[in-house]
Amino acid sequence: MPATTRTSTTARDTGAAASAAPAGPPRSRARRPRRWAAWGFLTPVTVYLLAFYAYPLYRNVELSLREYTVRSFVQGGAPFAGLDNYRTVLADPTFWPTVTHTVVFTAASLAAQFTIGMALALFFHQHFPLSGTLRALILVPWLLPLIVSASTWSWLLNSDSGLVNAALGVVGIDPVNWLTSPGWSLTSVIIANIWIGIPFNLVVLYSGLQAIPTEVYEASALDGATGWQRFRSITFPLLRPVSAITLLLGLIYTLKVFDIIWIMTRGGPTGSSATLATWSYRLGFGNLLPEFGPGAAIGNLLIVLALIAGLIYIRIERRQHLR
Amino acid sequence: MTGISRRRRLAAVAVIALSAVAGAACSSSGGGSSDGGGAYVVWDPYPQFADDSEWVALLKRCGTSAGVTVERTGYDTTDLTNKALLAAQQGNSPDVLIVDNPVISTLAEAGALTTTDENKLDVSSMATNLLGAGQREGKTYGVPIGANTLALYYNKDLLTAAGVDPTAITDWAALNAALTTVKARGRKGITFSAIGTEEGSFQFLPWFWGSGAQLTGLDSPQAVAALTLWTDWLKQGHAPNSVINNTQTTSWQEFATGDYAFAENGTWQLANAEKLGFAYGTIAIPASAGGPAPAPTGGEFVSIPVQDKTDRYATSQKLVACLTSADNLLTTDTTLSYVAPVAAVQDRQAATDPKLKVWVEAVRAAKGRTGDNLGTKYPKISEALWTAVQSALSGGTSPQEALKAAQAAAATR
Repeated sequence: MPATTRTSTTARDTGAAASAAPAGPPRSRARRPRRWAAWGFLTPVTVYLLAFYAYPLYRNVELSLREYTVRSFVQGGAPFAGLDNYRTVLADPTFWPTVTHTVVFTAASLAAQFTIGMALALFFHQHFPLSGTLRALILVPWLLPLIVSASTWSWLLNSDSGLVNAALGVVGIDPVNWLTSPGWSLTSVIIANIWIGIPFNLVVLYSGLQAIPTEVYEASALDGATGWQRFRSITFPLLRPVSAITLLLGLIYTLKVFDIIWIMTRGGPTGSSATLATWSYRLGFGNLLPEFGPGAAIGNLLIVLALIAGLIYIRIERRQHLR
Repeated sequence: MTGISRRRRLAAVAVIALSAVAGAACSSSGGGSSDGGGAYVVWDPYPQFADDSEWVALLKRCGTSAGVTVERTGYDTTDLTNKALLAAQQGNSPDVLIVDNPVISTLAEAGALTTTDENKLDVSSMATNLLGAGQREGKTYGVPIGANTLALYYNKDLLTAAGVDPTAITDWAALNAALTTVKARGRKGITFSAIGTEEGSFQFLPWFWGSGAQLTGLDSPQAVAALTLWTDWLKQGHAPNSVINNTQTTSWQEFATGDYAFAENGTWQLANAEKLGFAYGTIAIPASAGGPAPAPTGGEFVSIPVQDKTDRYATSQKLVACLTSADNLLTTDTTLSYVAPVAAVQDRQAATDPKLKVWVEAVRAAKGRTGDNLGTKYPKISEALWTAVQSALSGGTSPQEALKAAQAAAATR
């Protein structure tokens, strides 16, 4: 591990030297073509970003600021409505419950995924026989298409013929209406989402663990540190950058989770497991007569939430660097 | 000198790259129907039919007889509505679009479909109660390709063992009595789909209409009676709690286990019904006061979307006329296990397969969801209705409160 780091830095040094050398004396002649070349390399990226990020985003903002009906969606000429769609969404009686569900869903999923992922990463870091095989098996939820895992979960949690209720019955617990009672539906989709998210946390944290130099652990072992002390004073602090990026990515993924909830409960019964993402979809596509404006408005709110999380991350990152 | 030539070369590369990107963009947006030639694009909601199926063979035959080739894509039903709207916005609609009947009024509202005045389709032979879903303000926007509706499938073995005569079930009281008898013998009563989508409303409507309620008054006493019927079934254990999350397919799977006496399901399950491990039969869904309840019509319409090049309509019309000609309707509706939209073909179907008789009668008594001049008001009403059903069944609110809220929601939007 240290050897490779060294070679890569030397490579970078020579690369920098090579690129710096010709930029020296014949400046006036070389500058203009170089700029053209720079633009040539920039163009594909810029075109790509404009076509696939900027334009859709612009269209989404535009959708949310106009009063679209199916007719004006196809024929054009939707009147400008200002922030009316946002007002409609905010005034909707389902807005605050849905926001609460989104927050609970995201926070509970992240906390459980991260804790379990960390525990498993530490466990597999021990390198016992078959640990590689087991680690590969734990990755399966990540590799399965979401439609498969979500359908499997909805079979498992079925009120009448589900395996979970059958297992509870063996222990003598009354069946629970996991997906069909308003009190349980959110819990059920959170459980499924945690299961799906663990492998991602495991992989990232495990690779983070491998980057911690073993010398530090050896030194602490000489000083007589216990397992818990080693975790608290070495592993956790040294994993902080990796943990931060894991949590940030997890937050962005979880905020927009849609497929699992839609397949398992359709956000129901009566909106009890609806999040902003499923609500946005329901408005835009879940009805024979789509309401594109409010749907797009919710989508934009979600983007803003993710953006805020990203900015907080950058801020924390910068503060750590300054320190 | 070298500087200039290099600059030129780079500029040339950039131009080539840009034009390649732009060219790709043009060709992809100009795809679909507008790239002329002999290919006519058909979209249908039958992804279950592969290229070697009879349905696709029929499409190809119709293309050949009209002198063109047919490019067919099958989409998932819910996906197709969005695809069709987006295509209409982008100006690359397919030449022939086959969609679920309540979608027709939405697409017509969007101005995405041609009327029979423009495309010269002949719809005179079609049954009027089926054609209703494709008509608004006196104009017709498509031809039904086949119809399906709901009825009650029953487990013959189970009912015989319980001593219940299914033919005597002609009103709600008789049905409730049958369910109680079945339950007393330790078997399960009835399964249906009450999921929070259009499917849930579709399944509730026969009971809703069968009580005498109208979609314009969701909180009428009759409507409350219908929802109370369903809610009581769940409370008394006649219906499983899973109905709240059941699609019509999962509900069918429950019936196929053989534990249930009844299942509310559609014509399209007939082929699967033959594979059941027990004897089955069908009866019409009873109305509250007796007799068959009007069930909603399901099934698709063939339509011709608006094109920039209006000269394509003539060939599209030939394609649609071929697909909906009497002989081809018989083939198509047999493969889809639908009932034909033409009375003469319905009689031929009932003659070849006596089991279809119940279904032909049910389709003749059925009602379009977007009929009664509801049109694009229906989707709002339906969403309010399925929400009320879910809310009452999951025990959140009483049927009365749920329907009151539904009527308020449907009226405000």
